[in-house]
Amino acid sequence: MMTRRPWYATVLMYAGLAFFLAFLGFPLVWLVSASFKSSQELNSLAVNLIPAQWDFSNYAAALERQNLIPAAANSLLVSVATMIITVLLSMPMAYALARLQGKLRAAGTIWILTSQVFPSILIIIPLFLLLRTISLNDTLLGLILVYVTFTMPFTLWMLQGYVAAIPVELEEAAEMDGANRFTILRRVVLPLLAPGLVATAMFTFVSAWNEFFLALVLLQSPELYTLPIALRSFLGAEGQTQLGPLAAGAVLATIPSLIIFGILQKKLTGGMLAGAVKG
Amino acid sequence: MSITAERAQKPPQKVRQIGARTRAQRKEAIALVVPALLPIIIFSVIPLVSGVAIGFTDATLKRNAEINFNGFENYIDLADNQRFWGSFGIGLIWSASVALLTLVCAMCLALLLNSDLRLKGVTRVLALIPWAMPPVVIAIVWRMIYNPNSGPLNGMLEWFGLPGVNWLGDFSTALPAVIVVGVWSGIPQTTVLLLAGMQAISAEQHEAAAVDGAGVFRRFWHVTLPALRPVIFAVTSLDFIWQFNSFGLIYVLTEGGPGGQTMIPPLFTYLEAFRNREIGAASAMGNVLVVAILIILSLYLINQFRQNKGARA
Repeated sequence: MMTRRPWYATVLMYAGLAFFLAFLGFPLVWLVSASFKSSQELNSLAVNLIPAQWDFSNYAAALERQNLIPAAANSLLVSVATMIITVLLSMPMAYALARLQGKLRAAGTIWILTSQVFPSILIIIPLFLLLRTISLNDTLLGLILVYVTFTMPFTLWMLQGYVAAIPVELEEAAEMDGANRFTILRRVVLPLLAPGLVATAMFTFVSAWNEFFLALVLLQSPELYTLPIALRSFLGAEGQTQLGPLAAGAVLATIPSLIIFGILQKKLTGGMLAGAVKG
Repeated sequence: MSITAERAQKPPQKVRQIGARTRAQRKEAIALVVPALLPIIIFSVIPLVSGVAIGFTDATLKRNAEINFNGFENYIDLADNQRFWGSFGIGLIWSASVALLTLVCAMCLALLLNSDLRLKGVTRVLALIPWAMPPVVIAIVWRMIYNPNSGPLNGMLEWFGLPGVNWLGDFSTALPAVIVVGVWSGIPQTTVLLLAGMQAISAEQHEAAAVDGAGVFRRFWHVTLPALRPVIFAVTSLDFIWQFNSFGLIYVLTEGGPGGQTMIPPLFTYLEAFRNREIGAASAMGNVLVVAILIILSLYLINQFRQNKGARA
């Protein structure tokens, strides 16, 4: 039936495709190109995607001047810790959610979904006070604990979907052989869940790596800044911003999540609706 | 919601009951749930409840300051706060425009990606870029693009001999400019979900319509669109709520400026709490936002419920 499409419709569709390619791709291309441009070129209105002169010094300047290396180290630490703790804590509960019946399961599901629509601004004020009370404000540990809590609804949702896909019969067979619940979890469920765990862990990592708002509120000491906060402080007053190093830093911050999204792009289906990354 | 809808299409899984049968099994269930429940209660449920309470106090961020309950004073003050309600209106414009424009763009893109065109693979991967980029980086790039003195947008205007525009600094262009960024960053997610919905529509339906002589547009209108209705509704209402709650993008792009033209409620509340240090008043604002969102959410749930009932009848 597609062959019956008139030629002008095909032209129109390719034009549409080209528009989206340009619209969606342009900002990244511009950013990468800006990260190699000299400051004179960056401060002119010339529209060229390929730098007139390739300037590699922006990357060195970004890493040196604005302390992006410690910030990247903070981000890496926070993201990896969040990833590990979240997955470890979520797995048992996701299993329970997937295999539970009735009211508890419904309550869990409703909580997971509503937690996605509550504004973080409401929770951040009492959370800030709570962390101050237990002396965890302005620490990376405090930030990690908050990230774990905030990414959990999403990881629970994703993981319980993966558990539900494992046939119950396998577990029942193991039970017949006399295995108890935890042996079944470790020997039967865990190996089958491995791909799901990896995907969930990667998403958790990206969420923590990209997160901005909670880190902005909870971290005050510049030496604790994560990469997004450090980049934002880079912006400074308009006019004083060093655009080249800023663009280089932004490229570096994007690379890890771009790689992970590239790996996971086939898995991006309905499960992402619960979206972990909130603006 | 589309996830549940998608799951419901799979053959029903046998669900095994854990807990509630014997004491030992109940213990097992508790052991499974507690590790995750503990941080959720401490860092999510307790703050949520105390956030409501703080909204009825005169709390500030000053250390050792006395905190007194002051009843509905914050809410009475808020009723008069023109700037807050102004931000509320801007927030509604912002989230409605982003949600609807994202839907239109994502629908077009999903239709293109669902067709027999070449280059789909490349486009599919490229279309995910905004999704992978950290929101701060998105805001930084678009600030560069909108920059009146060195941005490519004004560069192109100059090319055509047109005068430059101070996109993010001008009263009339600031809000549309941030809306474009919101749409840009929202397209991937919506496209992926619509595409998933489209692929669930059987080819026979299209063929049957084609045999009946329906053209491309009529097939879209009478086959694709009705089948996608639940997905469209779920995605758009969720997107609306997410945008209403969003913070980072506009904070880095404009900080609510110029003159409050892009000041959305979460940003307003943040500034009240952490710049003016009035956390009692800010919590009251947060509570008003939650009530607004709950109203939107209940409208959504009522609609969902009606649809389910209609499907069963």
